Parts: sequence; structure tokens; C-alpha cells
Amino acid sequence: MSREEQFTRAILDARLPVPEGLLDGVARPAGRRFSVYRNNVAVSLTEALHQGFPVIAKLLGQQNMDGLAAMYLRAHPPSSPLMMHYGAGFPEFLENLEQLSHLGYLGDVARLELALRCSYHAGDATPLDPARLSAMAPQDLMRCRLHFAPAMGLMRSDWPIFSIWRYNTEPNAPKPQAGAEDLLITRPDFDPIPQLLPKGSAVWIAALQAGETLGDATDAATNEFPDFDLSAPLALLIEGLALTDLSQ
Amino acid sequence: MSTTKKTLAVAGAVAAALTAVTAPHASAQAKEKCYGVSLAGDNDCAAGPGTTCAGTSTVDYQGNAWTLVDAGTCADMDLPAMADGTARNGSLEPLERDLPA
Repeated sequence: MSREEQFTRAILDARLPVPEGLLDGVARPAGRRFSVYRNNVAVSLTEALHQGFPVIAKLLGQQNMDGLAAMYLRAHPPSSPLMMHYGAGFPEFLENLEQLSHLGYLGDVARLELALRCSYHAGDATPLDPARLSAMAPQDLMRCRLHFAPAMGLMRSDWPIFSIWRYNTEPNAPKPQAGAEDLLITRPDFDPIPQLLPKGSAVWIAALQAGETLGDATDAATNEFPDFDLSAPLALLIEGLALTDLSQ
Repeated sequence: MSTTKKTLAVAGAVAAALTAVTAPHASAQAKEKCYGVSLAGDNDCAAGPGTTCAGTSTVDYQGNAWTLVDAGTCADMDLPAMADGTARNGSLEPLERDLPA
């Protein structure tokens, strides 16, 4: 094993001895200094997971979150120095833990928290002037394609993840009700805003994201949800400054 | 539905959406005010870890980390009931039946 490997393994496993040959400034063995460093790695990654997944931490409690973080950070040490993206594998990690299998919604709630962070850090884009939509003839509207801002996110879940998220972040929010929920993330100003989508909207937006025309996307949504009305999701997209362009 | 009818329905719905958001930015701001409450003193959370001084901790958790690893952590994890008190919910409720004893 190379010295680098030995060092990395010892950083992530406190049961391993301090790597040999580490010296402090006056050439004494740096054993305790290594322990402090090893400890700071674990503590800072644990804190990063608490900060990145505040709702999961709240749902599970501080102690359980610390325990999970200790497992996660050793199995998935950061692959990038950009800590704001740390935890990309956490939703899947939660889902694969047998001990948490009775809390099926945890993975999707963690995905929502991750998506909010991605939206926060996504690039800026100039929003579409809604006047361009109102200027279009009906036949042209059917054939047009919409383009979305990088900060926009779409999520579909079998769980009421938006309600769970809101109940744990907003005072006096209503209790979650059973059922699937779709949600849209937009970033009209600085902070990402998740909003519940009416039925069919996620099908419609996903089709548009895939490059389908407004007419085809509307057909796709209406086929699945006959009562689908595009005016609600379109209004949310415009309000959220999530549209950037349209093309024929 | 005929193609013409469909086209007119879509155009009508687009017009309805545009009417609903005649002042997109104003209403977006109104919304932010509503959500902003929870995000207020908490801006770092939206930005995530690494954006403040995470990583500069000097607190010694060493012993703690040991315990958590050695205990096998999750094996005997006693999860609290959901913080949202799902007692009266249909599909969330049965989930709690399987809580480990």
C-alpha cells in the first residue's frame, strides 16, 4: 500500500494507527496532530451533511443523523473539494439501509433537499419575456418548444415529499396527507422555491424538457390526466422565471 | 377533440396563464416573502455546506466518532416517530407499524 493510500485510509478509520513518518515542525512524531486532523475531517463532513440535509436531520434526530453521517462519510468521502455538492449519494444510501426501510420517503425527501441545493448553485439565465408567448398565433403555439432555466427542477415522488418538507421547514404548515406529490423548483430571486404541482403538470413539463412541442406535451399530459390544464403549471413557470426561451 | 379545437384550447389556456401572471416579478416576490420566513436567518442552509466555515471545527468528537462506528450504529437505531406527527394519515401511518422494537 502506498503511503498516500495508507494516509487516506487512516483518515477515514480511527481504528487504524497513525501513519508512520509524520513529523511536526520540530521533527517530533505528529501522532496527536494527526488525530486532530482525522477528527476534523469526520466532524466537518458530519456538519456538512447536517447542513445539506436539514429536514432529514430533523426527521431522524441529531443523534441518528450523526450516526448515519459517520457511516456515510466513510463509505462516500468527498470526490470534489466543492463541499456545497457533498452528499449526492446520500438519498440512495438512505434507501439502501435496511434499518430505515420502513421510512420509505426518506430517500425522496433527501433528493428534494439536494435538488434545492443544486438549484441554488445553478447558473443564472435571462427569463423569457411572457409577451413573446402572447404574441404567438394559436397554430404556432402548438408547435413551439420551451427552454428552461438551469435553476429549475422537477421532481415526482410516490410520497408526499413537498408536504413533509414544508411541515418540517415552515411554522404552522399543514400536516402531510398520504399520496404521491410532484413538485417544481424555481429560483425567481435568490433562494430556490419548491411548489406543489397539480396532477399532470410534471408529465407536461418533463415532455417539454425532453424537447417536445407544446401541443405534443399537452397531449401527453391529457392522455394520463384528462382534467389536465396547462395554465396552472405555465403560470408557475412564468412566475418562477423558469422559462428562458421558446423556439419553433 | 379536433385539432382546431385542441389548438384553441391550448391557446386559451396559455392566455389564462399569462393573465394570471401579468406582473410576474411582483407575484414572485410576494411568494418569496411567504417562503422567506423559514429561510430567513438560515441563508446558509440554502447554499449548503462548505459555503460558510464548515470544516474549521476544532471541537473534539473523536470519542464520539468511535462509539458510533463501533456500535454498528443503525442496527439498534431507535427512530423517533415522524416529526410531522403522522398519526392521522392514511399511508404514512402504516409505515410506523414496522418500527423496530
